[in-house]
Amino acid sequence: MHISEGILSAPVLLTGAALAVAGVAVGLKRLPPERMPQAAILSSAFFVASLVHVPVGFTSAHLILNGLLGAILGWAAFPAILVALLLQAVLFQFGGLTVLGMNTTTMALPAVLCALACRPLLLSPDNRRAGLGGFICGSLAVFLSGILVALALIGTGETFTHAAWAIFLANLPICLIEGFVTAAAVVFLRRVKPEVLSGALA
Amino acid sequence: MSDLEAPLSQGSGPIHRLDPRARLLAMLFFSIPVALARSDASALAALGFGLLALTLTRPAPGLILRRLLAVNAFTAFLWVFLPLGGQGEALFHLGPLVYSREGARLALLLTLKTNAAFLAVTSLVGTIAPQDLGRALQALGLPEKFCHLLLMAHRYLFVIQREFRRLLTAAEARGFKPRTDGHTYRTYAWLLGMLLVKSWDRAERVHQAMLCRGFNGRFHSLAEFSYGARDTIFLMLAGLASAAVAGLSILEKTA
Repeated sequence: MHISEGILSAPVLLTGAALAVAGVAVGLKRLPPERMPQAAILSSAFFVASLVHVPVGFTSAHLILNGLLGAILGWAAFPAILVALLLQAVLFQFGGLTVLGMNTTTMALPAVLCALACRPLLLSPDNRRAGLGGFICGSLAVFLSGILVALALIGTGETFTHAAWAIFLANLPICLIEGFVTAAAVVFLRRVKPEVLSGALA
Repeated sequence: MSDLEAPLSQGSGPIHRLDPRARLLAMLFFSIPVALARSDASALAALGFGLLALTLTRPAPGLILRRLLAVNAFTAFLWVFLPLGGQGEALFHLGPLVYSREGARLALLLTLKTNAAFLAVTSLVGTIAPQDLGRALQALGLPEKFCHLLLMAHRYLFVIQREFRRLLTAAEARGFKPRTDGHTYRTYAWLLGMLLVKSWDRAERVHQAMLCRGFNGRFHSLAEFSYGARDTIFLMLAGLASAAVAGLSILEKTA
């Protein structure tokens, strides 16, 4: 979920950049140096995950998994997503410089907030409740990202209202898929390697 | 060649010989007036400068066309939805819907700007080898920790991607075919979960190996950047181009 360069207005771009700078600063400050390799390699894992296209009816959608990213990396989700966007710019030339902050914020802010809100559920001893936590975290994060993208467009001008609604609606089925995939991945991780979700990095 | 190998960065055009820091600075100069341009003239000028920079990069045409299509998927979406929401004079009617001239004009402006920005990113950032990007950003004053993250994330991108490919091949060998159903999504979730577990373990081994080699929080690189007269001239030209784009925007506003 990306806004291209050259679309948004200056106040919206500045808001996004300011939030992104603050988030990345907190994320870097809370990341102890000995955890840096883990955060970096998990960032590349999430980058690879975002290249996966899952079938949805006649078309396909790529996974974002920002909810799961937040659950594992916590505040480090901000630098991780900025790294992913920079790599996209240099490898695929998607996105641009001025919109980098807004794109980081729309994906990372919901990731951090949802992960914080769902932490008690994700860490509960019962796998069903953890799965429910995963579903909420995964779907809500993508849902909120869609809302933020729509708000950024509406904040730029009223002409964008229809486009914002279209993005919001197209995003809804993706929320369900993301929620389902995140729930299954959370339950899997708890069985196979619970420390990934224990919040060592969060 | 896969896109992950950054095919653009391996050319040998005049832009490739510039210092990566100069390219990043030029990108910074150029992005701001392009992003804020409000007139067709300045957006067209920006597109012209972008094309000029692209010719200097000498990329493979197929690659650029493929990327242009991807970029313009979003602008096509704007062409559909912006005029439907705009007020003002109608270009034509689609049943109860009005396709407005004002919305179409805005869609045109945004299309020009997005493509100009894409061309600039392609020739200025796409030509930087990803392994140089982290160091160039660090030299420009970004936090060291962040640049390490970028460097290592890129270093392991290929390893992790191959690992995922391996997991997927194993699943396909067992008859896995992606469909729109719960089984498919659960399979993907487990593959990705396994990928995260493997990445977690790999990170631990990598960190231990780094400690063994005396890692103290600083990466050393043997590649040196060299900033010369060529880079100064290029930066001045980029500055002029940016000023031209900004100037055209301001002229139109006052006129």
